[in-house]
Amino acid sequence: MTVEDWFRHDRLPHIFCAGCGNGSIINSTLEAVDSLNWKVDETVFVSGIGCSSRAPGYIVTDSLHTTHGRALAFATGVKMANHDLNVVVFTGDGDLSAIGGNHFIHACRRNIDLTVICMNNQIYGMTGGQGSPCTPTGALSTTTPYGMDEPAFDLCDLATAAGANFVSRWTSYHVRELTRSIKLGLQKPGLSFIEVMVQCPTNYGRRNRLRDVEAMVSKMRDHALLKEKYDRLVAERKPIPEGSFVVGTLTDRNLPALGVRR
Amino acid sequence: MTRVDFMQGNIASAEGALAAGCRFFAGYPITPSSEVAEHMARRLPKVGGRFIQMEDEIASMAAVIGGAWTGVRSMTATSGPGFSLMMENIGYAAFTETPCVVVNIQRGGPSTGQPTLAAQGDMLQCRFGSHGDYSTIALAPSSVQEMFDLTVKSFNLADRFRAPAFLMADEIIGHLRERVEFPDTVECTPPRPIREGMLPFEPEEDLVPGFTPFGHGHRVHVTGLTHNEKGYPASTDPDLHERLVMRLIEKVERARHEIADYDIENPDAEVVFISYGVPTRSVRQALLDAPEGLYGHLNLRIVWPFPENLLKKFPNARVFLVPELNMGQMAREIVRHCDQPVISLPRLGGELHTPQYLLDRAEEYR
Ligand SMILES: Cc1ncc(C[n+]2csc(CCOP(=O)(O)OP(=O)(O)O)c2C)c(N)n1
Repeated sequence: MTVEDWFRHDRLPHIFCAGCGNGSIINSTLEAVDSLNWKVDETVFVSGIGCSSRAPGYIVTDSLHTTHGRALAFATGVKMANHDLNVVVFTGDGDLSAIGGNHFIHACRRNIDLTVICMNNQIYGMTGGQGSPCTPTGALSTTTPYGMDEPAFDLCDLATAAGANFVSRWTSYHVRELTRSIKLGLQKPGLSFIEVMVQCPTNYGRRNRLRDVEAMVSKMRDHALLKEKYDRLVAERKPIPEGSFVVGTLTDRNLPALGVRR
Repeated sequence: MTRVDFMQGNIASAEGALAAGCRFFAGYPITPSSEVAEHMARRLPKVGGRFIQMEDEIASMAAVIGGAWTGVRSMTATSGPGFSLMMENIGYAAFTETPCVVVNIQRGGPSTGQPTLAAQGDMLQCRFGSHGDYSTIALAPSSVQEMFDLTVKSFNLADRFRAPAFLMADEIIGHLRERVEFPDTVECTPPRPIREGMLPFEPEEDLVPGFTPFGHGHRVHVTGLTHNEKGYPASTDPDLHERLVMRLIEKVERARHEIADYDIENPDAEVVFISYGVPTRSVRQALLDAPEGLYGHLNLRIVWPFPENLLKKFPNARVFLVPELNMGQMAREIVRHCDQPVISLPRLGGELHTPQYLLDRAEEYR
C-alpha cells in the first residue's frame, strides 16, 4: 500500500477551492494511516456536513457522510456495534462545536476509541462564510458584518476538560508535525482530538484582508506558538505574544476508554 | 417448545428485539418507553450485544444508523418529544436505505404533553415527519404478545426493504401486563447481500439494493446527499434525484398488499370499524357486546404502507368508523381510498373509547 492507494480515484477531482488547506490535511491523515499499516477494509471514515466533511468521500474505505453536526454520534454507533473497526472522524469547526457541540463533549467524556480530526477554518465554509463559534473576536463574516462580538471556543481546552485521552493542535503549514501527531492519535486508545488550523481563502481570507493563501499561511505560521515554548514563557512569567495560539501535543494521558478493540 | 410469561409490553418488545438478533441499542430515557432501554441495558451485555445511553435522541438515532451499517441489527425506543428530535436522522436512514427499528411508545402531545398517558398522535409524523418525500413502514401492536411478535417483524421488514421500520405502540400497550408466549426461535430474515457485479445502491428487481455492511470489503460510500448507484454524491442531476426518490417510495408502496397484516371480522357488515393499536381492543369488545354480525371490523397491524385494497373486503360497507387516539390521522388516509363516508372518532387525553361509546356511534349509522 502507498498513500495513493487510500484515495477513491474515481471521485477526484475534489470540490475544494484553489488554495484550500483541507487536501493537505487529508494527505497527512492518509499518510499516518498508511504508515501504521491499517487495513482499508477495517477502517471507516465518518463525517458531518461541510467542506471538511467531504473528505471521507475521497477515501476508498467504507465511509459515512452523515448529517450536520452528528458525525460523532454516528461514529459512536459504528464503533460500539463493532470494536474491531478503526473509526476516524473528519469534521469542521461549525459542525463539531456549534450544532455538534453536545456530541463533541460527550464523545470526549466517554473517551470512546475514535480519532477526530477537526479542520478549523474559523468560518462556515460550505454555506458561504457565516460566523462560527471559532470565528475570532472582531473578524468579519457574512453574519458578523460589524465584526464578531462573541469570544471563540478553544476546542482543545474543551476536549481536554471533557476527558479526551489525546489532544493536539497543528496547522496546515506544519505538515510533518501534523502527520506525526495524527499517527499518535490513531494509536492512542480512547478519544484522540486533533485540531488543524486551516486557511479558507475564499470565505475567511477574502473578508479579512488576507488576500492570498500565502498571507494566510504565513500568518498561521507566525502566530503558532510551540507548546514547549509556551510552557517556558509561562514558567518564566514572560508575556505570551498577542494573537498567538499554542500548537503541539496538549494532552496525552491514559484514562479508561470505551470501545477499544480487545 | 414455547415459554409462557406474564410481562409488560415494553419488556416484550425488548425481548422480541433480542429474539430477532438485535445486538445494538442506543437510546435516551423518556416516559413511557424507558423500560425498553432499561431491559436492553440489562440483557444486551449478556448476549454479546452492546447498549449505549446517548446524550439525546438525535444522537440515539445517529448511533443506531451507525450500528446498522456494521451489519448488526440495531434499535432505539422513544416517545413523542424524542421522536421529534429523531426526525432528521430518520430521513437520513430512509435516504441511505439503512435497515433499523424505532420503537415509539406514543404519549399525549404536542410538546411535553402527557408523559404518562397514551396517544396515537405520531402516526402521520412517522410517515411524513422528516423533510422531503419518502415512504415508511409502520406497525401497530394492540397486545403484549404483539409487542413481541411485531418487534421481530419490524426487524425483518426493515432488512427486507432496507428502510427504517417503526413500531408505533402507545403508553397503554407499553405498560400493559399480559400473558405472552415466546417461541424458542423466531423467523429472522437478514438483508439480502449484494450480488457480484452490482453497485451498492443499484436496485434488484424488487427495487431494493443488496446490503453492503461496513468492514466486509465493499468500500461503500454512504451519504445523505442525492447519490448515484455507486453511492457517490450527484445532487444536481434532476432526473437522477427524481428516479431515486421515486424508487425509495415505490419499493415500499408496491409491496403494501403483499405485506399487509390484518384481521377482518364480519365482512358482510354495513357499518365497519377500522382500527389499529390499542383502540382495536375497544372495538373487539364492542363487537362482542353488539348483536352477532351487526358490525364489521378491520384491524391493521401494518398501517404504513397503507393497504387500501383491504377496504374492498367489506363489499356492503356504507360507512367506516375510525376510532383513534388522535384527531383522525389515519382516517385522513382512509378517506383518500374509498367513496363511503369515513367517520373519525377521535379520543384525546389518554383514555380509551369505551365499547359503549363505540356502539352508540355505530348505532347512529345503522
Ligand atoms: C441541520 C442543518 N443546518 C444547517 C445546515 C447548513 N450547513 C451546511 S454546512 C454548514 C456549516 C459548515 O461549516 P463547518 O462545519 O465549519 O465546515 P466547513 O464547511 O467550514 O469545512 C451549515 C450551517 C445543514 N446542512 N444542516
